[in-house]
Amino acid sequence: MAETKKDLPKGGVIEKGGTAHDYYTGGWRKLVPVVNKDKCTNCMICWVMCPDSAVIVQDGKMIGFDLEHCKGCGICAVECPDKVKAIKMEEEAS
Amino acid sequence: MATNTAMKKQTGLTGNSAIAIAMKQINPDVCPAYPITPSTAIIEDFSSYVADGDVDTELITVESEHSAMSACIGAAAAGARVMTATSSQGLALMWEMLYIASGMRLPIVITNVNRALSAPINIHCDHSDSMGARDAGWVQLYSETVQEAYDNLIMAVRIAENEKVLLPVMVCLDGFITSHAIENITLLDKAEVQSFIGEYKPERSLLDIDHPSTFGAMTLQDAYMTFKHQQSEAMTRAKDVVSSVSAEFAKKFGRNYGLIDAYRLEDAEIAIVILNSAAGTTKVVVDELRKQGKKAGMLRLRLFRPLPHKEIADALKNCKAVAVLDRADSMNDFGGPLFNEVRSALYDGETRPKVISRIYGLGGRDYKIKDATDVFDELSAAVKTGKTDTLTKYITL
Ligand code: SF4
Ligand code: SF4
Repeated sequence: MAETKKDLPKGGVIEKGGTAHDYYTGGWRKLVPVVNKDKCTNCMICWVMCPDSAVIVQDGKMIGFDLEHCKGCGICAVECPDKVKAIKMEEEAS
Repeated sequence: MATNTAMKKQTGLTGNSAIAIAMKQINPDVCPAYPITPSTAIIEDFSSYVADGDVDTELITVESEHSAMSACIGAAAAGARVMTATSSQGLALMWEMLYIASGMRLPIVITNVNRALSAPINIHCDHSDSMGARDAGWVQLYSETVQEAYDNLIMAVRIAENEKVLLPVMVCLDGFITSHAIENITLLDKAEVQSFIGEYKPERSLLDIDHPSTFGAMTLQDAYMTFKHQQSEAMTRAKDVVSSVSAEFAKKFGRNYGLIDAYRLEDAEIAIVILNSAAGTTKVVVDELRKQGKKAGMLRLRLFRPLPHKEIADALKNCKAVAVLDRADSMNDFGGPLFNEVRSALYDGETRPKVISRIYGLGGRDYKIKDATDVFDELSAAVKTGKTDTLTKYITL
């Protein structure tokens, strides 16, 4: 975003790439995904399916969620294979 | 008005053919098209220019006008100079996209050949189509004659692409009356048109992968209103840009157009305000009344968006009674759209004339000398008695 509102580019154009990262969709979340790493097989299906690229992978392992961007849609929990079901959607701790 | 330059090379052309020739001379990068009566011949002629290789334009045949305007928006966002033409239901089907084109500040130019909106279905002239789009954020130019429509389209490119404006422009002319009648007009050379419009250098392009950008992103409470404010200010600036582009056109080519066409108004007591081709008939009646010693005049708006409200107020300030003739009804029990805006423009004047609304010519109904004469008679009576008959009324019924 521009420094002041006056500087906003004409017509709502965003003048650079990769700005989705700066937009914290985490604020939309009602339910939060919680992974049980004892069950998880690191198949990466949740990583592929997450619409917000909020599944964090390190050294070939699924290690959790980027909660600044996870909007709590629950797609990862549905897509985690039936035999595994390692993700549960829980109420956000208040 | 006409100088020697302006009179050179007279050619008999219909409004549609003249618009198609203007498009050929402009040579836009992209023309998404879905032809509709009475503007069909514009795209018909233009598609032969494309087929014959007279232009470099990418003609995109689409499945609806909604898609035509969507393709205009995509192409304009990619940095192309974009044009199309439509009428009536076609413009109505573009509705959603008209607002997106203006909100995204894309300098698209379209010709709208004015035709009544259904129902009942009708293919003939009235202004309900472009009047319905009056708040869509497009600059609107209205054309009395074939010559003016041709000239307006060429000027529209410069107005739309001006960096102070960057708004889409709609050039309107009357369906059948102007689009299909042959008039003697003077064409410019292609080189003259090209040098007048210049090269289009878009500020940004979706295709510029070195500077990736997002067009049409979501904005919420923190930003949406700011963008609308910017758009509103651009529309305000458009008025001076229309003036300066028209002045440059007059200087180069000898045909002079103002924001408004004030006809014998200097000392007029009664006046008709009107748009497009019906101005011709009205001027004949003004001349006739002047011969009888009656102080009649006419005001035609060439520019309707943005509204040249100061110029309107100034032109009508000495009148005692004014009739605003609308070829569209707002269906509000309070007169047509032109009436409401002209009357409002007069509110702050020192001397407010009586102003009445008369709806005429819907669905191509003729507006004849007698109709204009009757309105002027009504105005004369209003001046005498200080009273008007009814505020709003249908005439030519
Ligand atoms: S809940 Fe939705 S947004 Fe959050 S990690 Fe799962 S798939 Fe991604
Ligand atoms: S889909 Fe389930 S099993 Fe696969 S990586 Fe994600 S949490 Fe683990």
